[in-house]
Amino acid sequence: MGRYLGRKLLIYALTFFLAVTIDWMIPRFMPGDPVSLMIARIGTRPEAAEVLRGYFIQAFGLDVPLWQQYLNFWKALFQGDLGVSIWLYPQPVIKIIQRAIPYDLFILLPAILLSWFAGNHVGALAARARWLDNTLLPVGYLLTATPYMWLAILLAWSLGNVAGVFPIAGAYSFSIRPHLSLRFILDLLHHWFLPFLSLFLVMFGGWAIGMRNMIIYEMESDYSRYLEALGTPQKLIRKYAFRNAMLPQITGLALQLGGIVAGAVATEVVFAYPGIGYIILNAVQNQDYFLLQGCFLFIIIGVLLANFLIDIVYVIVDPRTRLGMTGE
Amino acid sequence: MEQEQPKKVRSEFIFFAWRNAKLRIGVSILLVFIVFAVVGPFLVKYDPYEYSGPMGAPPSREHWFGTTIFGQDVFSQFALGTRSTLTVGLLGGCIGTMVGILVGLLGGYRGGMLDEFLNVITNIILIIPTLAVLIIIAAYLEVRGILTQSLFIGLTAWPWAARAIRAQTFSLRVREFVDLARITGRSSLRIVLTEIAPNMMSYLLLVFILQFGGAVLNAATLDFIGLGPTKGVSLGLIMNNAVLWAALQLGMWWWLLPPGATIAAIVGALYITNVGLDEIFNPKLREM
Repeated sequence: MGRYLGRKLLIYALTFFLAVTIDWMIPRFMPGDPVSLMIARIGTRPEAAEVLRGYFIQAFGLDVPLWQQYLNFWKALFQGDLGVSIWLYPQPVIKIIQRAIPYDLFILLPAILLSWFAGNHVGALAARARWLDNTLLPVGYLLTATPYMWLAILLAWSLGNVAGVFPIAGAYSFSIRPHLSLRFILDLLHHWFLPFLSLFLVMFGGWAIGMRNMIIYEMESDYSRYLEALGTPQKLIRKYAFRNAMLPQITGLALQLGGIVAGAVATEVVFAYPGIGYIILNAVQNQDYFLLQGCFLFIIIGVLLANFLIDIVYVIVDPRTRLGMTGE
Repeated sequence: MEQEQPKKVRSEFIFFAWRNAKLRIGVSILLVFIVFAVVGPFLVKYDPYEYSGPMGAPPSREHWFGTTIFGQDVFSQFALGTRSTLTVGLLGGCIGTMVGILVGLLGGYRGGMLDEFLNVITNIILIIPTLAVLIIIAAYLEVRGILTQSLFIGLTAWPWAARAIRAQTFSLRVREFVDLARITGRSSLRIVLTEIAPNMMSYLLLVFILQFGGAVLNAATLDFIGLGPTKGVSLGLIMNNAVLWAALQLGMWWWLLPPGATIAAIVGALYITNVGLDEIFNPKLREM
């Protein structure tokens, strides 16, 4: 178990190192000059542009040798200093991101966990019921093929615009100030539902199909056939098959995290939901590079943490990893 | 007799391919969109960004898909957008598959330190969310074209393909016919190309199809955040504009719905084709 988690941790450490290096490298080695780009964007008189240029060069720390820039980048990172936002000048990037993260968790955690849970169970049911299988497969494929933002647009248009049942923008009504009361919480949930639903639906399709295929595969395997030959009740064989099919689904969750990030970003843009995705949209529109780089780092940290959590769950669920029987 | 063998295999393939409903449906939908991407732009009456009609008008005979809030023709944007979206999918899918094949075959066949190294790299890149990297790269590009977009999408999408191909190569390289080829003293490159790769052809096709779909979705998401091609049109860009200019609040469904529906149809058709092909290549999965 120690070896298994240790190996994983090493990979995660390397990943973090690489991600930070990418984050540092891209502004410095990409063709084009972000500093001039930002100044051109702001578009001021030449003398003001000179002052701005000096400020930006200092802010990026471009006035020292490269290796020193790299070390400074790491040092600043550990002090939680990700620079100052241009979009919301002069707020520090880290403050803006800290404000956004609760909204991300509020949507993502329920959507991921519920879609995984529901998808697995519906998929397992479909593997044994022909009529359910015949509806689940096309619907599931359609859902997984749907771009997140389009499903979000579809839901916002049909349930928000045409039916008028749900609000289509923001995390709470503009008329209410955030405070702890039943009215505010209900309003929060009201705004939360559509973004949650669109993420839930797209992910649900993938899990259900994956589980259905795995169950069919497991039911064909030797241990199922042997149990069948012994006269074991179907229900028990299904139970074993389900447990075995869970393992790849857990690994699949780790592999899906990247896609989930993309989905969350797109969904938040559609619903103007103030999470990281919405911040990225604003950072892109305002060419706020510090903010963008900060978001990148936080996404990486989030994905690494999630990966590690999934690894721990895997160790608990699959005894073989505890005994060191599988390396990966 | 020797002449007959490949011919028979091919006709059997066509036989099962034709019988497979999933493949028929998937391929037909794809063909429709491919033909539309080729022919559509010639049917277009307006420049995609030209202010050619009334503002925010619903579909009419003059403007088949209505107009945007500025009076641009949505159908013109849609036709050109479908073309560029398919191009990105094709190019990005090709690049992703190629890199995946290269890394997977190399690591899987050679083994040892090289494999260990490639495997660690693959695992690391697999963890980093593709879109996050693409966002940060695209944001720093001043001029973004369809080619650069496909290049970056392909270059970040290969890890899972490499991993799958590596696993396949592992199982193939210990087979007897590979050992025999090795005894005859052939070079590694020739063994990989003539003994191992042909046995994975069906698998590689499936990998390509999935990479194609992934590239389309990634491009759409990038465009949707506003990091699409700086010049030109794409389906994601249409949606980006529609959402930014409050098409949702104004209920302009003709501007919002067609681009996303097309992406969903293309990617869905790719997935269905994939499942169909899988059933044909893998007799165990066939429904008789």
